[in-house]
Amino acid sequence: MEKIVAELTEKAREIRRHIVRMVAEAGSGHPGGSLSAADIVTALYFNQMRLDPVRPDWPDRDRFVLSKGHAAPVLYAALAERGYFPVAELSTLRKLGSRLQGHPDMRKLPGVEMSTGSLGQGLSAANGMALAARLDGRDYRVYALLGDGECQEGQVWEAAMAAAHYALENLTAIVDFNGLQIDGPVSEVMSTEPLPDKWRAFGWHVLEIDGHDFGQILPALEKARSAGGRPTAIVARTVKGKGVSFMEHGVDWHGVAPKGDQVAQALAELA
Amino acid sequence: MQKIATREAYGKALVELGTGNPDIVVLDADLAKSTRTIEFKKRFPHRFFDLGVAEANMVGTAAGLAAAGKIPFCSTFAVFAAGRAFDQIRQSVAYPRLNVKIAASHAGITVGEDGASHQSVEDVALMRVLPNMTVFVPADAVETAGAVRAAVDIDGPVYIRLGRAGVPVLHGDDFKFVPGQAVTLRQGLDATIIASGFMVGQALQAADLLAAEGIEAGVLNIHTIKPLDVQAVVDAAQRTGFIVTAEEHSIIGGLGSAVAETLAEHYPVPMLRVGLQDVFGESGRPDELLQKYGLTPDDIVNAVQKLL
Ligand SMILES: Cc1ncc(C[n+]2csc(CCOP(=O)(O)OP(=O)(O)O)c2C)c(N)n1
Ligand SMILES: [Mg+2]
Repeated sequence: MEKIVAELTEKAREIRRHIVRMVAEAGSGHPGGSLSAADIVTALYFNQMRLDPVRPDWPDRDRFVLSKGHAAPVLYAALAERGYFPVAELSTLRKLGSRLQGHPDMRKLPGVEMSTGSLGQGLSAANGMALAARLDGRDYRVYALLGDGECQEGQVWEAAMAAAHYALENLTAIVDFNGLQIDGPVSEVMSTEPLPDKWRAFGWHVLEIDGHDFGQILPALEKARSAGGRPTAIVARTVKGKGVSFMEHGVDWHGVAPKGDQVAQALAELA
Repeated sequence: MQKIATREAYGKALVELGTGNPDIVVLDADLAKSTRTIEFKKRFPHRFFDLGVAEANMVGTAAGLAAAGKIPFCSTFAVFAAGRAFDQIRQSVAYPRLNVKIAASHAGITVGEDGASHQSVEDVALMRVLPNMTVFVPADAVETAGAVRAAVDIDGPVYIRLGRAGVPVLHGDDFKFVPGQAVTLRQGLDATIIASGFMVGQALQAADLLAAEGIEAGVLNIHTIKPLDVQAVVDAAQRTGFIVTAEEHSIIGGLGSAVAETLAEHYPVPMLRVGLQDVFGESGRPDELLQKYGLTPDDIVNAVQKLL
C-alpha cells in the first residue's frame, strides 16, 4: 500500500505540473478545480479503473464522466499520462483545431466519455451508462466527478433520485468538495450543506473522505464496489488550487491562468 | 376517413421496431399513457425506464444510454421536451451527436383544454436551430411509423413531433418515408400550399375549397423540417409564383421560417405564413382554437386568395 501511495503521489504531482503548464500556455482555463481533483482523478486512472488506452471504445471499459467539465485540464493530463494521446499534445489546450477543447468533447478526444461543460448534466449521463451496463450484462463501473457548487443544479438531484431508484450499484459519484465556486464560498453563495446527508436522504451509500489522502481515496473507491444495491457518493473534502501555495483556497484562481513568475513558482513547488 | 393520432402510431411503431431491435430502449417522464410509450412498457418492461417528472434527467440519461450503444427514445409532451430540457438536448445530445431520439407528443394547440402551458408552439424552432439535429413532423400514422423507423436508421439525434388529436390517414401502406424528401399530395399550377403535421389535412381541405372556385392549388407535405427539401420548395415557387405555408406552430422559427429562408436565398417569391401569429394558445376545444387562431382550411384559402 505504501509503495502504491508513493507512486500515485508522484503521478498526481506530475499531473498537477501538466495542469499548471497547459493552462499557462493556453492563457486561460480553470486551474483551481483541476488541482483540487488531481488526486481523485489520479486514483481512478492509475489505480482503480479498468481501461485499455489503445482501445478507447472497448465495451467493457470503466467509464469516467467529468461532470464538472471546466476541470478538463486534469482529465486531459490523466488521459495523456495514461497513453490515450501524446503528452506533447497537452500544450494545444484551447487552441484552434485542438482536440483538447476548453471543455471535454467526446467526439474529438479519445478517452473522453461524455461532452460536458454545462454543469449539472454529467450524473444523468453516468446513470444512462450504468443502466446500459446492466441491460448488456456487463460488469463495468461508471464514475462521475461533480463540483460542490455544481450540486446546486436541480438536475443533479433528479439524477440522484433516479440512480437510487434504479439501484445503480455500479455507479460512483464523487463530489470534489473544495468549498468554493465562482462567486465565493459555496456556504455563502448557496449552501449545499449538509451535503452528505442530502445524498444519504436520496438513498445513496455515502462515504466522506479527505480527497487528497490516497489512504482514504483508495479504500473508499474499493468500498463503493460492494454497496449492496445502492449507488455510492464519495464526498471528498479538498482544497481548491491544491499543491500551488498561492492558489490554495483562492476563489480567484477558479478560472484564471498563471503567468510568468507565477508559473515558475508553481512548478517549483510541484517539483 | 379514418383518423389516428400520430402519438398512437408512435406507440405502435415503437413496439414493432423494439421487437426486432434489442438496442431500442424507451424513456418517459410520467406521461407514458399520454405519449403512448406505455405500449412499449407493456411489451418490454426491462427496456423501459420511467424517470418521473424530471425531463432534464431523462434526456441526460438517454445520452448516457446512447453513449453506451443503446438507441433511446425519450418521450414527454413537446413543451417539456424541447422547452424544459432544451439545454440537456443541446449539451448532452446534439453537441456530442449522440444517438438519442426525442419523440414529443401533444405539440401545438390541438392539445385543447389544457391550455397554453401545455401547447407547444415553439418546439420546432428550438430543435431546428440545433446543429446535428434532424426534425420530423409527420402528418399521419403512416408517416409517423416511417419517421420512427428512419430515426432508428439515422445515427444521431432526431426530434419527432407528435400530436394528441386524431388526424386523417393520408397514405397507403405502400408509402415510403424518405427523410428530407417532401411529398406532393396534390398537383396544382395556380398556387402552392406547403404544410406540415396536423396542417397537412387542413391544407388538403383548403385545396378542395379552392378547386371549387376553379383554383388549382398544389399541396406539398414537408414531414422533414430539417434537412429541408430545398429543391421541392424552389420548384414549387417556380411553378406557381407564390407560396403559402401552414403549420400548427408559431410562424416564427418553424416551417414558415424554413421555407422563407430558402426562398429568400434561392428564388424569392411572395409568401404568407399560416400559423400561430406570435401568440400563445389558450384553453378550448381543438376546433374552437383552430378557428380562433386562424388555422382552418378557410384561413389557408384566404391566404392563397390574397396572393393570387
Ligand atoms: C449550467 C452552468 N452554469 C454556469 C456555469 C459557469 N461555471 C463554470 S464553473 C462554475 C462554478 C462551479 O463550482 P464548483 O462546482 O464548486 O466547481 P469547482 O470548485 O470544483 O471548480 C460555474 C458557475 C456552467 N459551466 N454551467
Ligand atoms: Mg467547488
